[in-house]
Amino acid sequence: MTVALAARSAPAATRGQLALAAGIGLFLFLFLALPTAMVVFVAFTEKGTGQFTLVNFVDFARTDLFVRSFWNSVYVSAMSVVWASALALPLAVLTTRFTFRGAVLIQTLGFVPLVMPPFVGAVAMQLLFGRNGTVNLLLDDAFGFKIPFMEGLNGVIFVQSLHYFPFILVNLSASLRNIDRAMEEAAQNLGSSGFRLIRRIVVPLAMPGFVAGASLVFVKVFDDLATPLLLNVKDMLAPQAYLRVSSIGIADPMGYVISVVLIVVSVAAMWISTLALKGKDYATIQRGGGGLGRRTLKGWENLAGHAVVIAILLLVLSPHIALFLLSIATIWSFSPLPDAYTLAHYNRVFAESSLYIKNTLVYASLAGLIDVIVGTAIAYLVLRTRLVGRQWLDWAAMAALAVPGVVLGIGYLRTFYGVTLPDGTPLAALWIVIVLALAVRRLPYALRACMAALQQISLALEEAAENLGATKARTVRRIVVPLMTGGLLAGFVTSFSTAAVELSATLMLVQSNSDAPLAYGLYVFMQSSNGRGPGAALGIIAVLLVTICTLASHYIVERRHIGAGGR
Amino acid sequence: MTGAERRPPAVAVQIRGVNLSYGATHVLKDVSLDIRPGELFAFLGPSGCGKTTLLRLIAGFNTADTGEVLIDGRDVAPLPPWKRDVGMVFQSYALWPHLTVRRNVAFGLEERRLPRAEIDRRVAAALDLVGLGHLAERRPSQLSGGQQQRVALARTIAVEPKVLLLDEPLSNLDAKMRAEVRRELRELQQRLGITAIFVTHDQEEANTISDRIAVINDGRVLQVGTPMELYQRPSNLFVAGFLGTANILAGRLVGTGADRAFEIGPDLRFPVASDVAVTDGAKLVFRPQSAAIGEAKAGQAGLPGTILDLEFLGATIRYGIRVGGTRLVVDVPFRSGEPLFAPGNAVTVSLSPAAALWLTD
Repeated sequence: MTVALAARSAPAATRGQLALAAGIGLFLFLFLALPTAMVVFVAFTEKGTGQFTLVNFVDFARTDLFVRSFWNSVYVSAMSVVWASALALPLAVLTTRFTFRGAVLIQTLGFVPLVMPPFVGAVAMQLLFGRNGTVNLLLDDAFGFKIPFMEGLNGVIFVQSLHYFPFILVNLSASLRNIDRAMEEAAQNLGSSGFRLIRRIVVPLAMPGFVAGASLVFVKVFDDLATPLLLNVKDMLAPQAYLRVSSIGIADPMGYVISVVLIVVSVAAMWISTLALKGKDYATIQRGGGGLGRRTLKGWENLAGHAVVIAILLLVLSPHIALFLLSIATIWSFSPLPDAYTLAHYNRVFAESSLYIKNTLVYASLAGLIDVIVGTAIAYLVLRTRLVGRQWLDWAAMAALAVPGVVLGIGYLRTFYGVTLPDGTPLAALWIVIVLALAVRRLPYALRACMAALQQISLALEEAAENLGATKARTVRRIVVPLMTGGLLAGFVTSFSTAAVELSATLMLVQSNSDAPLAYGLYVFMQSSNGRGPGAALGIIAVLLVTICTLASHYIVERRHIGAGGR
Repeated sequence: MTGAERRPPAVAVQIRGVNLSYGATHVLKDVSLDIRPGELFAFLGPSGCGKTTLLRLIAGFNTADTGEVLIDGRDVAPLPPWKRDVGMVFQSYALWPHLTVRRNVAFGLEERRLPRAEIDRRVAAALDLVGLGHLAERRPSQLSGGQQQRVALARTIAVEPKVLLLDEPLSNLDAKMRAEVRRELRELQQRLGITAIFVTHDQEEANTISDRIAVINDGRVLQVGTPMELYQRPSNLFVAGFLGTANILAGRLVGTGADRAFEIGPDLRFPVASDVAVTDGAKLVFRPQSAAIGEAKAGQAGLPGTILDLEFLGATIRYGIRVGGTRLVVDVPFRSGEPLFAPGNAVTVSLSPAAALWLTD
């Protein structure tokens, strides 16, 4: 069988395939490789002369603010991983080791980070957990002390770990579920039990999943710039990069040096995660296997389980709850709950800011569309042709994961600001550049979805079409694409919903208020104290928008699956 | 292996009146078995018959609703799996992917807190026993199916369990490996002198290596015996059909004395001696090689039929013959040069009454 496949005589590549590969290569070069290379280049050259130099890095290391920012970022990211793990671990164990009704609820938590970026909730969290927020006012009244949840770096850690813990939860649960029951039983059979069994068998087998989730959280927190900025924490690395470029200017080398540091940390974290996962495909589930042995929770155990889940759920939803309260509050200050309620903020948002919503819909849809088209093309070239070097397209697209948003933003500014249209406007000022940045940022996710969709289609289905006289192009159009629809839609939704709330790249690129997407508007609103009400209203609208789109597409995918009769 | 001589004597396993249900499904129905010390015993039955459930019950992964399991005369109900000292080889092998072959085999010994030197010695001995000493530092994913199976076996015997349990030990191997591994299994079991129980759905597998077999269907033990006993004297139609091919003819007993006969159809009678006990509703059963094609010799009975088809099996030719409304198969030794019957030929199937079995469901 393998021999037959290998011998399938495809000519090295058709003209069309070559053209397609070249087009994608050009796209990735212009909008990913070139801007990133530009950032690295500037960081390593002397301002003015263009000579190679390390002096910028020496400056970085000698500036107290930057060194402090670097360690703050490391500290905040590491602590976010620790706290996110503390939230994820009990939930993962509860859902995978026990039959437990709360499990469905916990699974839906996986979608929370998709529908709202962390910075949106950050301001509202001040009102719940800040020094004079609801929780501390109540604590002070009852017990006479306060807990500094939101003081300085604590605030960033608190908001980020609440926001990103589902990444660890999802990965850890998946690897726990993939452990075959026999793995545990074999250990019991050989005399192991209780904590020793967990330490020697369950923990090592679940570790790859945990590391994958943890490194993702680390990178996300390290690269996030809007959350610390809105919590007024400036001495972290990503905010510093933004502040240098936006306040001192695009020619200042420090922004670029920080960018290089951000890239290095991203790549290092991913490299560690790859090392940890290398050769450790521990999915041991066998046919008929049912994951780890499950126990039913009884009596007080059941009660305690539910209490833990409800407590964590409340905590996780607290940014959303606070945001909603803020969006309908007249005044909310130094009191556990708002003084009175109003819909004025929503009125104001709909009157003044519908442009943001429209822009977001346009940008995110276009970015999603570009991702699905490019993703499908790459998937097809990689999986179905014998084009030399086709694997590089995959790797190049995935490399976008290693480029933090703020770095890509700076790179676009640097690369495209000098390029002007005939009427003198710089290319970087056009809104389409925002779309391209979003598309490149989200391409890896869409690409994986497209790859998975294409991999599921048996080659024989295509060969049957060719055997009946369809050309390659027509086979793709009539057989491959229709069969991939579900996967493509999934890719589109992932791109769309994450692009709709992306800020780190766009914050750099928005040149005029009329071109700004929703996330940008939110950020602007949230910075002034009287803009918080409308900002929260806009945030709620964003959450609803993304939720509705995600649910709608899930619904469509489900229906298609039913229609296809569960092929 | 030096450990082999020091082994304690083999132990008996007794199962007494076990019933077990999963929810509304009654999986084991009043199962009682006596497995003798040092025996290689097979649980044979179709999938879903409860044989694996029974094996897992002995290992402690299931709990019986009623009845008891005795190992070496002691009721093991209060013991959790990790205190039972019965070694189980899982169908999937269940080798831990994060540990090397050596660490996998050492696991149970480490759990028993043996001194390091003792562990090293016994791991080496167990791996040598299965012929994998040279692969000790590999990961399970780097081994072939047959090698993985041997590691799983080594891991289990390294702890020198009282009883060895094997869940479909050959099912994940290809046909060629199977014959080889099953012979090795038998050899190893004999050398260790350990009581071993294995589960299989393959009657050939059970026949070739086990001392005795329990045929299980729908949660009940239908018959226990040596492979030959089961083949020659099956106690019911299921056992007869499950172990080898059987011809089954339905009919009714008519006449008495010298006229006593089994009426299969109009003008189709098989004489039954008056001293042969035939229970109500019993069917006439015989093996394909017990009958012959041709005129009945003295003391034999002849049944007229028509050749339907023939299959060449190498040493024998298997004829499909219609007798009455039933298709029978009869194996005839193949001798080159002898003329063959062709489909449509009218023939007589002759059978000695001694070769006939009278079985009910």
